[in-house]
Amino acid sequence: MPHLDFQLLLHGEYRDWLLGGFFFSLQLTALTLLLALPLALVIAILRLAPSRLANALGFAYVEGVRSIPLLVHMLFWYFGAPELLPEGLRIWLYEGNVEAMAAVAALTTYTAAYMAEDIRSGLRAVPAAQMDAARALGFTFLSSLRLVILPQALRITVPPLISQTLNLWKNTSIATVIGVAELMYQAQRVETASFRGFETFAVVTAGYLGISLLITGLAVLFQRRYPVRVGSS
Amino acid sequence: MMELIDTYWLYFLVGQYPKGPLGGLALTLVLASLGLLLALPLGLLLGLARVSPRAWLRRSVSGLVFVVRGTPLLMVVFWAYFFLPVITGQKTDQFSTMLAALVLFDAAYLAEIVRAGLLALPQGQMQAARSLGMSYGQAMRLVLLPQALRHMLPSLVNQFISTIKETSLGTIIGLTEVSHIATQINVQVMVKPLQVYGALALSYFVLCFGLSRLAYALEARLTTRQASGG
Repeated sequence: MPHLDFQLLLHGEYRDWLLGGFFFSLQLTALTLLLALPLALVIAILRLAPSRLANALGFAYVEGVRSIPLLVHMLFWYFGAPELLPEGLRIWLYEGNVEAMAAVAALTTYTAAYMAEDIRSGLRAVPAAQMDAARALGFTFLSSLRLVILPQALRITVPPLISQTLNLWKNTSIATVIGVAELMYQAQRVETASFRGFETFAVVTAGYLGISLLITGLAVLFQRRYPVRVGSS
Repeated sequence: MMELIDTYWLYFLVGQYPKGPLGGLALTLVLASLGLLLALPLGLLLGLARVSPRAWLRRSVSGLVFVVRGTPLLMVVFWAYFFLPVITGQKTDQFSTMLAALVLFDAAYLAEIVRAGLLALPQGQMQAARSLGMSYGQAMRLVLLPQALRHMLPSLVNQFISTIKETSLGTIIGLTEVSHIATQINVQVMVKPLQVYGALALSYFVLCFGLSRLAYALEARLTTRQASGG
């Protein structure tokens, strides 16, 4: 084993690159989470709504998105999707950080498909009689969902959603393929510039694991604080 | 679009084969199949270690599984890319690098499937086998695993779908699997990114959606067999 030198990475330029990448990955995760959650909720509701058309739409979204690798989503949003936009909008897009926007679009559509399934199984875990009772009391489908079903389903749904957030955190690394300056991209950059592959990858792995550990801890904490009430109905 | 398919369909399916190395969709499938196949025995061992009565074994393997599952696959790929030549002493090609990363990564996920499969069985199964005079190993091999493995079949198909999707990361280290081929076609054609990546997405969709239907069918059959007591 060659001599290890972590000092090089913990000072100066390389440290700034790695830290910049780390925080950018965190920002990608946060922004995607913010956008994906409402989208996932809409899709989950589509899949459960009392309408064949809505069910089919929800099903097509979930199966279509999940059957395609995230990397292909990224390539599509980066290379393909801007072609569909009108000229003016495209020019505006290319003047901004188009890589990051494509990555957020890909991560959001991808993560929402998985989260929609978690929300759906959480909603289905609430006994059907709850919906029937709410409807019989005169609530509409959407009010029954909002006032009766969702509050109960939340306890069941949050732990899997947290574990999807863990996947999202790991998935941000794939954005490196379209040149987004997140942690994995900076790792490659530092490795190429410093020839310190082992040290670079060790530091970056520790960064990924640290946040993973944090998210896992959060899930454990939530489950301890808000355990699923068995037979709460 | 037709012209695009006419010119590139063979390249898309098999890469430069037979004049060069196998690539394209065929390489994706070979890599995914080989990856899952090689990960199976390792995943089984790790899964057994996760439920082992020996605490040191259980804890160390749980730690390993957590580390692999908490790390992006791309990180594992880079480690393999960096470390395999150091271990083997010779230059490793992209295929072996990707295969090694996939086997390690999939094994950690399979370990969880095996563990869940074993924990789902009633505790009486192990107790009954042990009181009939079987050793722990015999009880595992003859009584618990055969039941658990059957229940795991749908999860295994789903893991295969994940593996197919994971092989797409090979493009980042220059492996000529189907995503890499599509990128190359896109560079050559220049003006049709939507069609090229659309075709790529469609290929993955047909493969993975087909397999996920298979997983559903298997699950449905298992449930009816259980219901009829078979």
